[in-house]
Amino acid sequence: MRRVLERLGERPAAFLAPAAIVLGVVTFFPIVYVLWLSLARYSLLGDEPSFVGLDNFVRLASDARFWNALGNTLYFTLVSVVLEIAIGLAFALLLARPFVGRAAMRAVVLLPWAIPTVVAARMWEWMYNGDFGVINYLLGTGINWLGDPVWAMHAAIAMDVWKETPFVALLLLAGRLSISPDLYQAARLDGAGPWRAFRHITWPLLRPLLLIVLIFRTIGAFRVFDAIYVLTGGGPANTTETLSIYAYKVLFQALELGYGSAIAVAVFVLVATITAAYVRLLKEAAR
Amino acid sequence: MRRAATYLGVLVVAAYCLAPLAWQLVTSVRTPAELTTLPPLLPTRITIEHYAAVFTGHPFPRMLLNSFVVAGGATAIALAFGAAAAFALTKMRARGFGAILALVLATSMFPPISIVSPLYLLINALGLRDTLAALILTYAGFTLPLAIWVLTSFLRELPDELYSAARVDGCTPRQALVRVILPLAAPGLVATGLLVFIFAWNEFLFALTFTATERSRTVPVGIALFPGLHEVPWGEIAAASLLVTVPVFVLVLRFQRRIVEGLTAGAVKG
Repeated sequence: MRRVLERLGERPAAFLAPAAIVLGVVTFFPIVYVLWLSLARYSLLGDEPSFVGLDNFVRLASDARFWNALGNTLYFTLVSVVLEIAIGLAFALLLARPFVGRAAMRAVVLLPWAIPTVVAARMWEWMYNGDFGVINYLLGTGINWLGDPVWAMHAAIAMDVWKETPFVALLLLAGRLSISPDLYQAARLDGAGPWRAFRHITWPLLRPLLLIVLIFRTIGAFRVFDAIYVLTGGGPANTTETLSIYAYKVLFQALELGYGSAIAVAVFVLVATITAAYVRLLKEAAR
Repeated sequence: MRRAATYLGVLVVAAYCLAPLAWQLVTSVRTPAELTTLPPLLPTRITIEHYAAVFTGHPFPRMLLNSFVVAGGATAIALAFGAAAAFALTKMRARGFGAILALVLATSMFPPISIVSPLYLLINALGLRDTLAALILTYAGFTLPLAIWVLTSFLRELPDELYSAARVDGCTPRQALVRVILPLAAPGLVATGLLVFIFAWNEFLFALTFTATERSRTVPVGIALFPGLHEVPWGEIAAASLLVTVPVFVLVLRFQRRIVEGLTAGAVKG
């Protein structure tokens, strides 16, 4: 018996099993369960879950707050990802130039990425403070950044850009440094200036990596939660309420597990669609 | 001229990354009176009372301990299970290699908000609400795809002959993994472990949802829900948020190259 067990324990499946079990419990089971929950009326305030078919999704379609949250999420994602890619690319190209202390700079650039988002959001919340904030002091303004319906969303975007640009910059820097210097040497001998070298060497060789970074950042920005939760909680007047924040409020403040799960499923489908679209782009780019 | 421009640019990048942290440092040593006065930009007197307040009469030390246990536990599980899986996929030629990896990658794209409600019910049903175990299990599950992915890319670089030679010498697969492959894959393990640790150290949504008291709250939750009876204690928040940054800061300084390697391996081969 022991020998049989021992032999079974040395098969590939036995090495895969622990990971498979944890992944099954923490990701696959929940994703099936959430689908079922989204078809149920289930309030944590008392009544047992009851199957209601697609009722939750019908409600979702006419829920103005859901569409508002979707719009906010799309705006947040679009603006922050564009800025992160643009600034990150600029940083990467700059840091790829020869200078003393690149290792130290890499550590400096990693810092915003590595600190907890909650901590970063608290830092920015204090800098945005309307009365004693350093941003108003330096700009000589008196804006209530997080309390103003127009400024609040942009304040959240600025914080996210600060925090996530390093990720973009470091990946693109690694990609840029992996391009052979001979190519640039040859371009220079042929009389190509920096712009043409960028246009014909850096850009085409960096493009696949850029697309991958774009996927990571789009998905990351689309599910934004921590930053908004701390900075504004979705306010003022729901102008910064994203899908994750709205779903969280329905789930754990209104305790409507059924309807909240329907929003969660909608987020899942949207992220899956975005990912699939990007992967197609990536495959086309690779061809 | 061009070199001067480069160094100027590097300075700008450094300022961009460090300025908010520097301001937090300045805030954390301001006296209460000077917290609400600008100018002066720099404090006229330096105080450590906010740091003292965080450590006395405050659950912060307990949360710090919770964070260490959770992040350490999740890292240990993700590394052990991830290494075993990556080993089976690369060296033992488990069947369905590509399909398994694709599936693993797909789960890493799951938005946390999409599975937080079923996980919450599951954790309640298992009686794990408000325990560190709930967070360790969740974080291990959430970081396993990344761990498997990065470790697979590292193990692929090791020649297959190492494994077959160990087998010929009479090692069982497990012995070959522990004695031959893992020591050689140490850089990959370090890179992966760092990414998992940082993820677990920083995670907020699950920690917020699955914990209820100081017994299991981690630092990000503590900082987000920082108690303020009448006014927000900005000095203490600044002190606490710098303290929670210290471990990350040390890891980044010591291992910046490994972390970037891990990130690149995770992204490029994806």
